[in-house]
Amino acid sequence: MRLLIKNGRVIDPDSQVDDTLDILIDRGKFAEIKPKIEGDGFKIIDASRLVVAPGFIDMHVHLRQPGQEDKETIKTGSLAAAKGGFTSIACMPNTEPVNDSRDVTEFILAEAKRNAVVNVFPIAAITRGLDGEEITDMVDLHNAGAIAFSDDGHPVENSLVMRRALEYSRLADAVIIDHCEDRQLSAGGIMHEGITSLKLGIKAIPASAEEIMVARDIILAKETKTRIHIAHLSVRGAVDLLKWAKQQGIDVTAEVTPHHLFLTDTALESFDTNLKVNPPIRSEQDRKALIQAISEGWIDVIATDHAPHTPDEKDVELDQAPFGINGLETAVPLLLDKLVNKNILSLEKFIVMISINPAKILGLKNKGKICVGADADLTLLNLHQEVVVDTNQFLSKSRNSPFNGWKLKGAPVMTIVGGKIVYS
Amino acid sequence: MRSLSQNLSLTFRRASLLFDHKHLLAIESLSEGNIRTILDTAESFLEISTRDVKKVPTLRGKTVVNLFFEPSTRTRSSFEMAAKRLSADIVNFNKFFSSVVKGETLKDTVLNLEAMQSDAIIIRHACPGAPHYVSTFCRSHVINAGDGAHEHPTQALLDAFTIRQQKKNITGLKVLIVGDILHSRVARSNIFLLNKLGAKIVCVGPPALLPEGFKRLGVELDYNLDRAIQDADVIMMLRIQSERQQKNFFPSIREYRNIYGLTQKRYHRAKKNAIIMHPGPINRGVEISSDLANSTKSVILKQVENGIAVRMAILYLLLGGKEREITD
Repeated sequence: MRLLIKNGRVIDPDSQVDDTLDILIDRGKFAEIKPKIEGDGFKIIDASRLVVAPGFIDMHVHLRQPGQEDKETIKTGSLAAAKGGFTSIACMPNTEPVNDSRDVTEFILAEAKRNAVVNVFPIAAITRGLDGEEITDMVDLHNAGAIAFSDDGHPVENSLVMRRALEYSRLADAVIIDHCEDRQLSAGGIMHEGITSLKLGIKAIPASAEEIMVARDIILAKETKTRIHIAHLSVRGAVDLLKWAKQQGIDVTAEVTPHHLFLTDTALESFDTNLKVNPPIRSEQDRKALIQAISEGWIDVIATDHAPHTPDEKDVELDQAPFGINGLETAVPLLLDKLVNKNILSLEKFIVMISINPAKILGLKNKGKICVGADADLTLLNLHQEVVVDTNQFLSKSRNSPFNGWKLKGAPVMTIVGGKIVYS
Repeated sequence: MRSLSQNLSLTFRRASLLFDHKHLLAIESLSEGNIRTILDTAESFLEISTRDVKKVPTLRGKTVVNLFFEPSTRTRSSFEMAAKRLSADIVNFNKFFSSVVKGETLKDTVLNLEAMQSDAIIIRHACPGAPHYVSTFCRSHVINAGDGAHEHPTQALLDAFTIRQQKKNITGLKVLIVGDILHSRVARSNIFLLNKLGAKIVCVGPPALLPEGFKRLGVELDYNLDRAIQDADVIMMLRIQSERQQKNFFPSIREYRNIYGLTQKRYHRAKKNAIIMHPGPINRGVEISSDLANSTKSVILKQVENGIAVRMAILYLLLGGKEREITD
């Protein structure tokens, strides 16, 4: 059925449109975009007082399937994404088995086709078994549907392996995403190294553990003249390195998560396992540097690093709890409340970071824009709607959010994927 | 004239009104008043352990669980004796003979012990915050007997008690804490406590075990023991763990001993009658020379003795019920 979205404030940074327009969707694509479309036989959605944005893309999600279906499945993760305003998600390969072969990539795509309500794009491993030694059959994986490569959760520690992976990734024309962590420096660490970790006697992860790997990756990207994407930037020093690289014209992009933007290490004084995440929540100075970097446009993408874990897994002492924060259903309200509604980030720049840029980095040519012929993925926002985060209402299988109980203003109210309403 | 026991009971009743915590999790969250209340209460309990019959019926019918997930000689026995001298029943839990080895979680372990109607749980655990975590779901009083490198509140309290006993007043004293500050829960609890009571604290150790950030906890740092020891009133030595050496925190035990070992020669640079403390277990000939450990300047065994009175005070203040009285 054809869908007509009327009277919304349509913002499409790609075509620099910010206007009250109607959008007609036909067979999963945008068919017409102009003021006052009339006609019969449409399902009509009144979007007055709502923002209509190109569908949001979360390029860093852990869906846990295959293998860890007690935490999340492709189905539940996609439902959480739709509720959170995301029309596309890219899922990391640290499943069981690891997505380092065509079989696993094809399984994820088939399962997504059967059960997912949003677009699911598999990210395959850089190295077999995420062991950091032998690179995967990247071309075959790319042909099977993997849109990027990452050993996320692990860094590629060996610089030669990383160099070879970057060189080879040209054949697949898919970006390499690195989780930057020097494992010797971070060994055994639970939280950010700073005054709070000293006070609490908790083993810590220094900023240098991230900075050293970011620096290495930038140098390798320069030397190999390939592009690289840095996952979940968390420290000020890494932001400085990113700036330097961009000023040199090195092809590097980076993402930041909402939890690194809105939480600081002092919160760990509660010993709440929901705050345990890698890279860790950093200091206030780091947080401010990240906020400044996004307002100045240095960081390209906001991604959630959605990492669901079961309530039982998190209901233990801090040392025993797994790293990870559940992010899909809180990200957009957090970002609207803390950045857009507080005028730290314009709505347009926000949409660039959460829709256009991830589409570009992942090579999704028909996404991240509202123009005739593009995929009809839309996120509708109510900037004034007040919400209270309630983890019991999550559609995700897991509940591990440190934002439970937060009152936020601004929320996604409808999610449309390929012309179908998947959440409202 | 009032009898000793009447005096005691008055002190205790006043004390239990002043102590408003359900658990003893950390020194950091105690007020100076709370600390003084514990120390004053312990003062009154000291005498009980010197009696022929070292027992009062104060906590008769109460059940205390010693839940130790890490090895301990002093703290576990000290809590056990403290509980017994107050007539509480005490159960000792040993991780290696428990269902923890079968994979039972900390939460389930505590809930099961609590189902047996425990009144207090004394927990030692390798993970910082484990006692705080237990206190979030448990109905019993929780006492932290050491959580990783975080805190060891009863040790700091018995240390303060011992310093007060030896030096009368803590305010203005120069206290040296020497050794592996980074990994020491004893150091942290002592820093928090002695700061609240107005001592001047200087931490001494090799740089990797004494990060700059400790300054922000209100202490001075010095890498040079010979310099720092001058004018010290109290010298608190910490155990050096040999496994630290393998991780390059310092190059060798030999080098460590040469730079940070407390010897007669070094001791003489301190203030006259400076006292030497150590939370134990000591490595003789490493952080402290054997003759100094045995000398009259050492109050190491006094600390152990006082530990019982301090732990009796804590059990009493948490479990004692406002209306209970101490009787002989």
